Amino acid sequence: MILIGLGYGCKNGAATAALASDAAKRVYVAPGEKDEVYAFLSGGFSGQMSVYGIPSTRLFKIIPVFSVFPENGYGYDEETKNMLRTTHGYVPWDDSHHIEASMTDGKQDGRWLFLNANNTPRLARIDLRSFETKEIIEIPNSAGNHASPFATENTEYLMAATRFSVPIPQASVPIENFSKGDFKGTVSMVKVDPKSGRLSLELQILVPGFDYDLSHCGKGKSHDWCFFTSYNSEQAYKMIEVGASKNDKDYILAFNWVRAKQCLDQGKASNFGGEYYRNYLPENQPAISEKLSGVKMLQPKDCPGVMYYMPTPKSPHGTDVDPTGEYIVGGGKLATVIPVHSFSKLMEVKDKPEHRSGTIMDIPILKYESTLAGEVKKPCLGPLHTEFDGKGYAYTSCFVSSEVVKWELGTWEVEQHLPAYYSVGHLSIVGGSSKDPYGKYLIALNKITKDRYLPVGMELPQSAQLYDISGGKAELLSDFPTVGEPHYSQMIPAKLLMDKAAKIYPLEENKHPYAIKNEKDARVVREGNTVRVYMTQIRSHFKPDTIEVRSGDTVFFHVTNLEQDFDIPHGFAVGGAPEMPNLLIMPGQTRTFKWKAPKPGIYPFYCTDFCSALHQEMQQYIRVLP
Amino acid sequence: MKIIKNIIKFGKIAPVLLGLIAFSYCGKEKPAETESSVASKGVGPVSSVTLGTLNEGMAQKGKLNFETKCSACHKFEEKVVGPALKGVTERRTPEWIMNMILNPIEMTQKDPIAQELLAEHLTQMTFQNVQESEAREILEYLRKMDKK
Ligand SMILES: [Cu+2]
Repeated sequence: MILIGLGYGCKNGAATAALASDAAKRVYVAPGEKDEVYAFLSGGFSGQMSVYGIPSTRLFKIIPVFSVFPENGYGYDEETKNMLRTTHGYVPWDDSHHIEASMTDGKQDGRWLFLNANNTPRLARIDLRSFETKEIIEIPNSAGNHASPFATENTEYLMAATRFSVPIPQASVPIENFSKGDFKGTVSMVKVDPKSGRLSLELQILVPGFDYDLSHCGKGKSHDWCFFTSYNSEQAYKMIEVGASKNDKDYILAFNWVRAKQCLDQGKASNFGGEYYRNYLPENQPAISEKLSGVKMLQPKDCPGVMYYMPTPKSPHGTDVDPTGEYIVGGGKLATVIPVHSFSKLMEVKDKPEHRSGTIMDIPILKYESTLAGEVKKPCLGPLHTEFDGKGYAYTSCFVSSEVVKWELGTWEVEQHLPAYYSVGHLSIVGGSSKDPYGKYLIALNKITKDRYLPVGMELPQSAQLYDISGGKAELLSDFPTVGEPHYSQMIPAKLLMDKAAKIYPLEENKHPYAIKNEKDARVVREGNTVRVYMTQIRSHFKPDTIEVRSGDTVFFHVTNLEQDFDIPHGFAVGGAPEMPNLLIMPGQTRTFKWKAPKPGIYPFYCTDFCSALHQEMQQYIRVLP
Repeated sequence: MKIIKNIIKFGKIAPVLLGLIAFSYCGKEKPAETESSVASKGVGPVSSVTLGTLNEGMAQKGKLNFETKCSACHKFEEKVVGPALKGVTERRTPEWIMNMILNPIEMTQKDPIAQELLAEHLTQMTFQNVQESEAREILEYLRKMDKK
């Protein structure tokens, strides 16, 4: 009960936090100075990713990933709209939860970030030179891509497991058949090309019809394994909040991906249906969208040793592997302990019958105590997700009691309770899910903000809170509102990224089929009722600058920004265009604005990104003839 | 946004620069170029250029680059966005021309001639990701145009 007092609803908590009097100094980044860390926050229901500086918590950028972005035209123009193609058609939004950073030897390497789309199962790759989404792959045979995208130690694969089990392949069956075994889940292995980052779906494994929630992959000695939490092992399909809370334990699924690959190579996976799109944005060219069909599907019964179930206290959410690869920490929203499984014990007992209590779909269930390294007793209410500081401590978020608990690996003793405002979901420590945490900062990603900010109507911004964990005791430094729900984050030291950031698209490398690199090539070409305008921009004019088309023509403005200077995009907007928002065209880039010429008249077009003293003059007219 | 940022970047110089722009812009007469400024090498990576007889191959390469990266703002006979370039190789030193191509922002902050040109044309000349060897080729093309 003391725990509840510390958390949500307790005004004393807020007062205590305000006592850290030098906190302002520690988050102050003077004008012209730069932050120490990049924080990438997923946007939850906004479908986007935002980039903050830490410790200042200044917002630098919103990177559109699964949601259209009228600010720069992502998802609208001829170049990027195919990024959002799926087998369900064009899906311009998603619910994005988990960010993973690419790793080499278990350490962040600063090449890519990956993000999941939960609603229409997809995975995205974001390039960390351009901070742009470069690839989106759809996950077939999945309903709700939640336990995703978690990377193996060298980013060999990204794992994706389904949140909502459904009939696979899809079929309209009575919903009560859920508990008769008609519903299944899948675990997908998405291969990442080590040079290009290109994604391909290599294998799927059919798993029991539970809800798969989160995952983390092993490191060091546990390199070959990934761990997935699942809930609703009761397979309830009505009043799930009650029905899925009956058993006192659910499972962590221990999955040997190296073994799965072996079974694939030995021909033990069979051809299975499933259609999916893979959309790829080559440098400065239109997205290439391919529809692929069929996957290799593995049944656990055909590949002994590929999977084991480790029972874990109720409704587990997080499953997190410590930097040494030995401990697998569970976190259960309804659990009263934080269970820590031992990888060495798992290896020791997994094939010994006396340590088993049964099987599900030929997957052995191990006894809870057999793999247990220890339990953190009564840490808080609703322990959820754990990150590590690399100094032997773990930090677990507690959703129900709104706090972060710091505890020691090995002794399982709680060291500190830190209040969070309020209802904290995931945590993030700089490099905290890697083999080599950089530590120092922790952010708590909260669901509720009541009473922290000026009210702005019934919906308040969600928030994140920054803690300093470099000293003996962790301290709350600041809180900041976020874009969408700050579901999960990866924080990366600035020195790993800032010098690599791209400044321009070199014009000579622009391979866009409709690019022109020279004003004298600017022209208007008619092909029947289609008009192509090959257009250039440079401070502060367009070429061609007066255009005539006929009412009903389909007009493509292929606009190339000729600038080769950092931070000089130009905008492009046409008055009254109903389907296209603004485009921001980066230096050296070509993008296409599609416009159906409306009723006769004069229509202005202009640059929307303030570019020079003569920016306001960067405007021209299109005449639409009858 | 961009203009403001450029000025902030050179925070200490900005007031001086703003003063100069205001002065040059408001003044009816343009101050005459002094002997020393005409001979100026400007500010930037290029400190010395030796000119030989006109190199046709270099001038040809320079022409291609000029057309892609410069011609949107510069013609030879008339002012467009930037000044007309006819006779530029007679007005300026080769070093000044190359520094203006390679280092336009610092030039407009520090070099008196470049400052005056900014005040007159009011559009910051852009760095167009031109390499030093390419700037030398563009210079050769400008020389060729001046010899016509
Ligand atoms: Cu502009």
